[in-house]
Amino acid sequence: MTTETSGGVGALLRVRDLKTYFVTEHGKGTARAVDDVSFDLYPGETLGIVGESGCGKTVTSLSILRLIPEPPGHILPGSLIEFEGRNLLALPAPELRAVRGNQIAMIFQEPMTSLNPVFTVGDQIAEAAIIHQHLSRGAARARAIEMLQLVGIPDPGERVDHYPHQLSGGMRQRVMIAMALVCHPKVLIADEPTTALDVTIQAQILELLDRLQKELGMAVLLITHDLGVVAGHADRVVVMYAGRVVETAQTDELFEHPTHPYTEGLLAAVPRIDAPRARLHAIPGQVPAATAWPTGCRFRPRCPYAWDKCLTEPPLLETGTPGHTARCWLVTEPERRQASR
Amino acid sequence: MTLVDVRDLVKHYAGTRSWFGLGPAQPPVRAVDGVSFSIASGRTLGLVGESGSGKTTVGRTMLRLQEPTAGKVLFAEHDVFALDAARLRALRRRMQIVFQDPYSSLNPRMTVEETLREPLQIHGLHGQVSALLDEVGLDAAFAKRYPHELSGGQRQRVGIARALSVEPQFVVCDEPVSALDVSVQAQVLNLLADLQARRRLTYLFIAHDLAVVRHIADDVAVMYLGKLVERAPAAEIYAQPRHPYTRALLSAIPEPNPRATKRRIVLAGDIPSPAHPPSGCPFHPRCPHPRKSERCRTEPPPLREITPGHLAACHYAAEPM
Repeated sequence: MTTETSGGVGALLRVRDLKTYFVTEHGKGTARAVDDVSFDLYPGETLGIVGESGCGKTVTSLSILRLIPEPPGHILPGSLIEFEGRNLLALPAPELRAVRGNQIAMIFQEPMTSLNPVFTVGDQIAEAAIIHQHLSRGAARARAIEMLQLVGIPDPGERVDHYPHQLSGGMRQRVMIAMALVCHPKVLIADEPTTALDVTIQAQILELLDRLQKELGMAVLLITHDLGVVAGHADRVVVMYAGRVVETAQTDELFEHPTHPYTEGLLAAVPRIDAPRARLHAIPGQVPAATAWPTGCRFRPRCPYAWDKCLTEPPLLETGTPGHTARCWLVTEPERRQASR
Repeated sequence: MTLVDVRDLVKHYAGTRSWFGLGPAQPPVRAVDGVSFSIASGRTLGLVGESGSGKTTVGRTMLRLQEPTAGKVLFAEHDVFALDAARLRALRRRMQIVFQDPYSSLNPRMTVEETLREPLQIHGLHGQVSALLDEVGLDAAFAKRYPHELSGGQRQRVGIARALSVEPQFVVCDEPVSALDVSVQAQVLNLLADLQARRRLTYLFIAHDLAVVRHIADDVAVMYLGKLVERAPAAEIYAQPRHPYTRALLSAIPEPNPRATKRRIVLAGDIPSPAHPPSGCPFHPRCPHPRKSERCRTEPPPLREITPGHLAACHYAAEPM
């Protein structure tokens, strides 16, 4: 059975059939960056969205808050992003603004470019509290100091008056998290929150996010290219490739029984320190262009198992075991996997 | 046989002056502060560190892409820092570099063929562009393309082909796969390993990622704030890291295994500025070692041999953590 439109009971955020396309310059056609993506985010869980450059994971996250620049981008009719029963894509602008940064907040990869260099970090954290919660300036400043303390910044009373350039990369990311959480959102979208950071600072920030999620009880959409980050911090995982969801499962299940050949290849390509040193398994070829996805299965040109059916029939998301779906004909014809080994 | 020998390499950058150059001079940035190692012919040394550790400066200064403050680099017995311009140019043919960002290190207005032909002309060599492309796994048709028409992985292959065009013995690989997606990263790492075997190359492989380094390096050196804190054969350093910083780095690597039960050492604080390195051991403000003492704050630990071939700069490196 296909699960693309079923399920989602009790979900906080339901994304259904999301299509976000971009018109490219020079008439090279339409980039189908996100092409029919569906998933659910449940209260209190961390859902990892993992994939490589160009798979559509960031465009998906920006689409949820309607932060896609239009033009060149547009979210196609028929897409649904339902938050607490309301379709965010159909909300009038003022109502959307009441959700954005308030009930659904976002942190980005580059803390330096996402902070305003001419305002103090205190002003920037307080802004959302003033707008959404109508706090006075004094109360908002006190809240900002409280938030800085919450995210583990030493001397918050002093740091509140600092400008972004006075902070290290790790501190800036903590400020970004403080800004995002100031209104106690129900959903935090974290788009590659540690990619720009050194590995020891990354460990600090991920630990902080885990702690805050437990304390505040929010749901986190963790978008990353790093399977290691997902393994340690997500409850469930959505794997994206070429604008589509190719596999969804509980984290343990995904890493133990990767079903889609892309997931399998990606896992084998990660250099690791917990297994014997061996030649890395490389996925041949490269991610195709969003203006020209391959016909049939989009992973087919790089797939070691592909057969003629994959060229002509695009696979659907099929359920293998409960809660584990993959967009691959191997789910219905598993004997093919052994045969091509 | 030792091909490259680095002795007490120092590179300080003069501190800037505030007030449009009229204010007091800031202290110098001690990017590299007394680094020594050698690499045997045909081997790979992985040089690992985080931002600001000085690892890139080591690689660039060794090739004299920038002038050193002090120290010595011997390349096949030649004193690299004592050569005049003509002899340096001749030696450059034998030591090349592959940069991190293949996009900014390729000329956008030159085709792949022009990019690969240029070093051949400079050194008066007769190489085949098509053979070079073939060696790095690119079709001959790529010769006519411009960098913007290539993917990140293809650009890095061109960067590698350019370095190899003059048939060097030694290649500094400065974060060659950091900008690449994991599936392509594996392709490029495998390519570098194959080229090394085929051409008997010697590599200095600079990276921030200990897991990546494990797949290519014979020996590993770890840098922190301009100094080497640990150096050992690769198998040894991953099995039994001695410096608390190396231990923390290893434990911070996110493993793609949800059932991993390793103890994570999360270091507090940020890396200090190399313009104001801490006194004593540069790592002491962040060090989680239970034996940390007053001695660490005052006395810089020398890089000393803990077990044969395994060096660490920690007063308590021989003790468990």
